[in-house]
Amino acid sequence: MSPLFEMQNVEKHFGTVIALGGVNFSVSAGECHCLLGDNGAGKSTLIKTMSGVHPPTSGQLFMRGERLTFRDPREAMGHGIATVYQDLAMIPLMSVSRNFFMGNEPVKNILGINLFDHDFADRVTMEEMRKMGINLRGPHQAVGTLSGGERQTVAIARAVYFGAKVLILDEPTSALGVRQTANVLATVDRVRQAGIAVVFITHNVRHALAVGDRFTVLNRGKTMGTAKKGEITPEELQDLMAGGQQLAELESSLGGTV
Amino acid sequence: MSELAQDERIKTTSPLRQALVRPELGSIAGTIVVFLFFGFLAYDSGMFSPRGVMNWSTVSAQFMIIAVGACLLMIAGEFDLSVGSMIGFAGMMIAIFSVTLDWPVWTAILVTFLLCTALGALNGYIVVKTGLPSFIVTLAFLFILRGFTIFFPQLIERKTIIGGVSDAAEGDWLASVFGGKVGEPVFIWLADLGLIDVFERGNRAGQPVIDGIPALIIWAIGLVIVGHFILTRTRFGNWIFASGGDAQAARYVGVPVNRVKISMFMFSAFCACVFATCQVMEFGSAGADRGLLKEFEAIIAVVIGGALLTGGYGSVIGAALGALIFGVVQQGLFFAGVESSLFRVFLGVLLLAAVILNTYIRRIITGEK
Repeated sequence: MSPLFEMQNVEKHFGTVIALGGVNFSVSAGECHCLLGDNGAGKSTLIKTMSGVHPPTSGQLFMRGERLTFRDPREAMGHGIATVYQDLAMIPLMSVSRNFFMGNEPVKNILGINLFDHDFADRVTMEEMRKMGINLRGPHQAVGTLSGGERQTVAIARAVYFGAKVLILDEPTSALGVRQTANVLATVDRVRQAGIAVVFITHNVRHALAVGDRFTVLNRGKTMGTAKKGEITPEELQDLMAGGQQLAELESSLGGTV
Repeated sequence: MSELAQDERIKTTSPLRQALVRPELGSIAGTIVVFLFFGFLAYDSGMFSPRGVMNWSTVSAQFMIIAVGACLLMIAGEFDLSVGSMIGFAGMMIAIFSVTLDWPVWTAILVTFLLCTALGALNGYIVVKTGLPSFIVTLAFLFILRGFTIFFPQLIERKTIIGGVSDAAEGDWLASVFGGKVGEPVFIWLADLGLIDVFERGNRAGQPVIDGIPALIIWAIGLVIVGHFILTRTRFGNWIFASGGDAQAARYVGVPVNRVKISMFMFSAFCACVFATCQVMEFGSAGADRGLLKEFEAIIAVVIGGALLTGGYGSVIGAALGALIFGVVQQGLFFAGVESSLFRVFLGVLLLAAVILNTYIRRIITGEK
């Protein structure tokens, strides 16, 4: 299967710092490709390069084999690349339906004035949330009353509803408890089955193995290679992320709990 | 996360807590309390006679005009401390243009409005581009504008009050939009029916004591309706909430946060200008000390109205009720014969209570501990 979205030899330099020094990465429709890396590996820079926040210093991005260039996140969104950020997905003080349509408000024209179509927004929000397995008390419920996992799910549902073909999830599970993590992973699975390409960024090997089809490890700004599901053990992934020996030694002293 | 996160617990939320999560609730309760209070305390003082009602309505309307601007700006996540100075500046500009430069009053008003909204845009531009707190930027403009308001009339006329605007405004179409009165025939008719007192002596004998609703009140009501409508019913309103709630999250989904914030600064300046124009048309003069402390009064009205100082939450109706409470208390204490300095004590207490209540409500909404 040819990849839907692909990055070839992407580099990103900030002044004298080489944040990304050659990244090769691809994701197909209906696939969940996990991108693993420890803190400082360049994950955030990579996300921002994919989502149009930073233009790459060199290298190319392709969508369905066609060369892509975009100057800002809006253009990336126009190509169907949507990013869900861990902390910045939702505004707690606003209702779920206002959040859901934030920046893409539906309008109806009454007497020449474009009004926010609250009925439509409320109805769609409730429907989309039900599809994702979340029963809201009502569309006017403030996002602040939702759990972290539910917030991530609302953000994912929003991206999917607005036509995301490539969905980039920035550490969606890192701040969540066990049950909420399970919910988010189930959502990722649902989205993948709907034929969307998912880029799942995490430093948690177990979360990655739970939903990933392929795994790429990023270390010191470079991709260390890609493995398919079943071809790699959690320990091998862990070691790749940490850049080799150190963790193996550390792990033995901790009794294999990392 | 708190226990609110669990679905089955969320359903146990009591109706009282749900009702609390409306920005207007505190101000609605406050309004009722204030009216009951003065209903007992100042019932026979004339506070609720047609003249008394007109008195506190006018004062409340003044607060309302600037509160609407401050409210939308605060929901968008910013403050404007230059409102009071802007009022003084706008009034002075109208007087200088129309009296000193002898322009037609309508031109003076229009040019002043353009100038003030441009200054509002400058305020907003600096805040957005530098990322500095609007508190500091607009504090600078508080001094800059007040300085010019004192400097210009002294330079030109060697005094700090410019009079003669009334004569210049005689018959001017735009001046009457700000300084006129509405519904005179209705009030004459009401007086004929004996529902309103008429003057018994003096050169206005036989005329009703209230001869119309001041344009100021119409402006206040109009701005409240427009502001409420924009905030709750339009997509731009959603952007105002989003910009104040979390600017970065809003940017990520394509909300033009900078544009929203700058236009709210412009709207705040516009409201200050409406206030100034009404005041200049009423007094017939502009003074360099006009509008002193108005920025704080506007912010207090907005906070009493349930808006959060941190942005992203609030209501124009709430702010309007906050302004009403403000006006009724200020004038009510006067009618009740209470020492007027106590008004400030009361105001401070009210502000503190409102902020504490709002913080509590914020915790309920966001589930913070």
